[in-house]
Amino acid sequence: MRTGSAPTLAVVTDRPEPVRIRPRSFHRRDAATVAGCAAASLALTWLAYSQILPFRGLPGFLLLWASFNFLIYYVAVRETQGRVVARDRTMASIISVVAIAIVIPLILILGYVTLKGLRFLRLAFFSTTMASVGPESPSTQTGGLQAIVGTVEQVGIAMVISVPLGILTAVYLNEVKGRIVRPTRIFVDAMSGVPSIVAGLFIYTVLVANGAGFSGFAAALALSILMLPTVTRTCEVVLRLVPDGLREASLAMGAPEWRTTWGVILPTARTGILTAMILGVARVVGETAPLIMTAFGSATLNTNPFSGPQAALSLSSFQLFGSSQTADVERAWVFAFVLLTLVLILFVVARLQGERRRS
Amino acid sequence: MVQTQDRQDEALGDATAPATLGAHDVHAWFGDHHVLGGITLAMPANSITALIGPSGCGKSTFLRILNRMHELVPDASLAGAIDLNGRDIYGSDVRATDVRRRIGMVFQKPNPFPAMTVAGNVLSGLKLCGMKTDNPDGVVEHCLERAGLWNEVKNRLDQPGGALSGGQQQRLCIARSLAVEPQVLLMDEPCSALDPTSTLRIEETMHDLVKTITIVIVTHNMQQAARISDRCAFFNVDEGSPGGIVEIGPTETIFTNPTDPRTADYVQGRFG
Amino acid sequence: MQMPTTEERPQAAIPARRKVVVVRTRSDRVFRRLAASAGGLTLVILALIGVFLFVKGLPAIKDQGLAFFTTQVWNPPPRGTEFGVAAILYWTVVVALIALVIAVPVSIAAALFVTEFAPRRVRRPLTSLIDLLAAVPSLIYGMWGAAYLRPRMVGISAWLGRYLSFLPIFKPTTAFPIYGPSAFVAGVVVSLMVVPIVTSVVREVFSQVPPGEKEGALALGGTRWGMVRAVVLPFGRGGIIGGSMLGLGRALGETIAILLIVSPLFQIRANIIEAGAIPVAPLIANNFGESSGIALSALLAAGFVLFVVTLLVNVGASTVILRSRSGRGVEI
Repeated sequence: MRTGSAPTLAVVTDRPEPVRIRPRSFHRRDAATVAGCAAASLALTWLAYSQILPFRGLPGFLLLWASFNFLIYYVAVRETQGRVVARDRTMASIISVVAIAIVIPLILILGYVTLKGLRFLRLAFFSTTMASVGPESPSTQTGGLQAIVGTVEQVGIAMVISVPLGILTAVYLNEVKGRIVRPTRIFVDAMSGVPSIVAGLFIYTVLVANGAGFSGFAAALALSILMLPTVTRTCEVVLRLVPDGLREASLAMGAPEWRTTWGVILPTARTGILTAMILGVARVVGETAPLIMTAFGSATLNTNPFSGPQAALSLSSFQLFGSSQTADVERAWVFAFVLLTLVLILFVVARLQGERRRS
Repeated sequence: MVQTQDRQDEALGDATAPATLGAHDVHAWFGDHHVLGGITLAMPANSITALIGPSGCGKSTFLRILNRMHELVPDASLAGAIDLNGRDIYGSDVRATDVRRRIGMVFQKPNPFPAMTVAGNVLSGLKLCGMKTDNPDGVVEHCLERAGLWNEVKNRLDQPGGALSGGQQQRLCIARSLAVEPQVLLMDEPCSALDPTSTLRIEETMHDLVKTITIVIVTHNMQQAARISDRCAFFNVDEGSPGGIVEIGPTETIFTNPTDPRTADYVQGRFG
Repeated sequence: MQMPTTEERPQAAIPARRKVVVVRTRSDRVFRRLAASAGGLTLVILALIGVFLFVKGLPAIKDQGLAFFTTQVWNPPPRGTEFGVAAILYWTVVVALIALVIAVPVSIAAALFVTEFAPRRVRRPLTSLIDLLAAVPSLIYGMWGAAYLRPRMVGISAWLGRYLSFLPIFKPTTAFPIYGPSAFVAGVVVSLMVVPIVTSVVREVFSQVPPGEKEGALALGGTRWGMVRAVVLPFGRGGIIGGSMLGLGRALGETIAILLIVSPLFQIRANIIEAGAIPVAPLIANNFGESSGIALSALLAAGFVLFVVTLLVNVGASTVILRSRSGRGVEI
């Protein structure tokens, strides 16, 4: 029986809204310490550069500045807050700087290739071949058509070979789960580590040197050896993500395994399989080494992938880069730029596909 | 036995004094979700305060506010004040790591470091806090004794920490917390994953520890709360409101003659 | 009066288990066999590669005998009669080691940053950028390395050769050393290719650290770095080793980038900053055009060695990762 009014839980309505705090571990004086140490180390580096050490160039300066900074920062924090905090703060800054510094070479590479390549890229690149380019032609006159056709055909044939094979292998690993699953997985992993030159060497030995000669098809075979593990692994991950409930629903209705796979699992994993294909293409479209000994390269247009040497974006770029003529080297950058753009587009598309699948 | 090598954390006062914890109008949010409302509670020195109540009413959240673990969650925020012997642990001149050294925590699921030996586990806190000792073996024995584990592991000190049984692991975690000489020990349902024998051992340990350390324990087990605690705070939560304290009082009173009918309902098992 | 005893129940025999026989439809049997052969095809291809390279490479090994593995020069007919892979294997390992020495600490730092130190909003973009490093074709790395990086590293190389010459790897071997097309520069460029591989594995491993252990370290009063040292790094050890092995496999097989940067030197030499190096893969790519007969067979033998080594390293990497405490759920 209630006696009097029971004390209630803290009532929020008739009290002033409580002041929210989010405790921070990095205060203003910590920021001041960071800034002060950065300035001190910068001054020290300047001194070292101009007076003491015969260093030149920006990378050395940045390296020295960073080293001095970490040293001074560690000592500064240790004196005020003790060794444990000093170690924590210094390691945190080293790790942060190193991680972010990784982006620098990426930017340098993208920038450099764009700068060098865009300079001599003209629209005619996509419609003419190198056959129309003579020794006196300016660098702006570059023919990329034979390379584009070559890359498209070679990668296309490689896709036709390795995508169905990859899906089937992934189906075996995830759906059929037969007796040789464990060894197969090991072999797929092993295959992904085969160097591209070895794949090219193999196809050269088996096909090209045996009489078939150079061809785009030989290149496609070498590329499919490289593409297959990527497609298989990505497809396996994708298939694993398909909920078991769907399999069970189909099997419970009496459907045979192959119908379940073909009619339920694969369509559900459709976007993931598309991502696997894009990733596979991105993996091989830039390969050069295996093409050296299978497609061999060409200045003229060869639309038949089954006979005769063929060019490719990567291969032409490589061969022009090694030429002794400056014009050829400049042309090589055009090819490289187009190739890099293609790879970037594929990468971004694959990422966006992955995002969509996740949401 | 151990000496702090680093800069002393004077902001929190004498590190060896008996410690009273006080909470004043403490609120907690996860994002905009208001989970704890207006908790005011005194946890006297050298006593065991039990926080009881049904699940989901914010007892563990409150415990984590006491040792500044709450702020580790990305969008967590709080309001109000917590003081240790009168000094605000959220003050701007106080480091969270110092707070956690003085206010230790034992978790629901025992979490010894599997990559370290038993002895290594006990001493790990010292390393993490930058505390030095010239008698590591002595510290290991002393802490394992206090935790009631010494006799069982004295010949197994260099086995990995994960090789012990559940109850032993939990006592190892207690020993590990004791090595840094905390003033307060927070225990978040420490026995819920353990068998009754281990539970009893740990309760005996708590009886010994409380002579020098203040203990605050969250427990679902009402009989345990009745057995070991000196004071109890009954938490409850209504649909749509933040959790809060319904009643505080000496354990005897809470269990035999509570003031609030909801407290009576809970301790008699009518809900929760 | 007799005390009541528990009645003894007659022991019921436990029935034998039934063996369930799966009878499949014909179409399913075909389907399963088809899928199995796809799985088996992987093994067949790998075996074929190994067999062909070995068989076609054997004549060269027979020609030189055991000297194939100890000779440093590379002068196969028609140019000469002596050739061996000693210097080639040496430089393969040297370039790969340089790449790993740079890439592994950087990758661990990057993985730690992304999982423990970075603000949440930075994590995904930075991860994508690091993965982008893996997407850039090695040809582009080689061209950039040769045209942009190599000339700019002459200064650092000269500095190292002058001030740190007490170290054998920097000690000048001639009076007027040439810097540039060296194993050092090649190693730096290859490390850029290795970083995303190692980072990806280590990052996945670090993200699987049990949160209870991390909390335990923090609750003791540890700082973030203290927690990382006590909990995250020991937990991730298997992933770090496995990821590094994967990176090693990549570095061992890298062809084009190294080819464009170094100038061949068929000689084992300690100095890495001076011009000259010749790992296996660039050798094959470079010499393939002018080789036939025994010379080609020699290249194939070298290729076989590379194939076997990278196979072992990669399979070893997968095993290390999967067996470790941290790698159970990792996709590599």
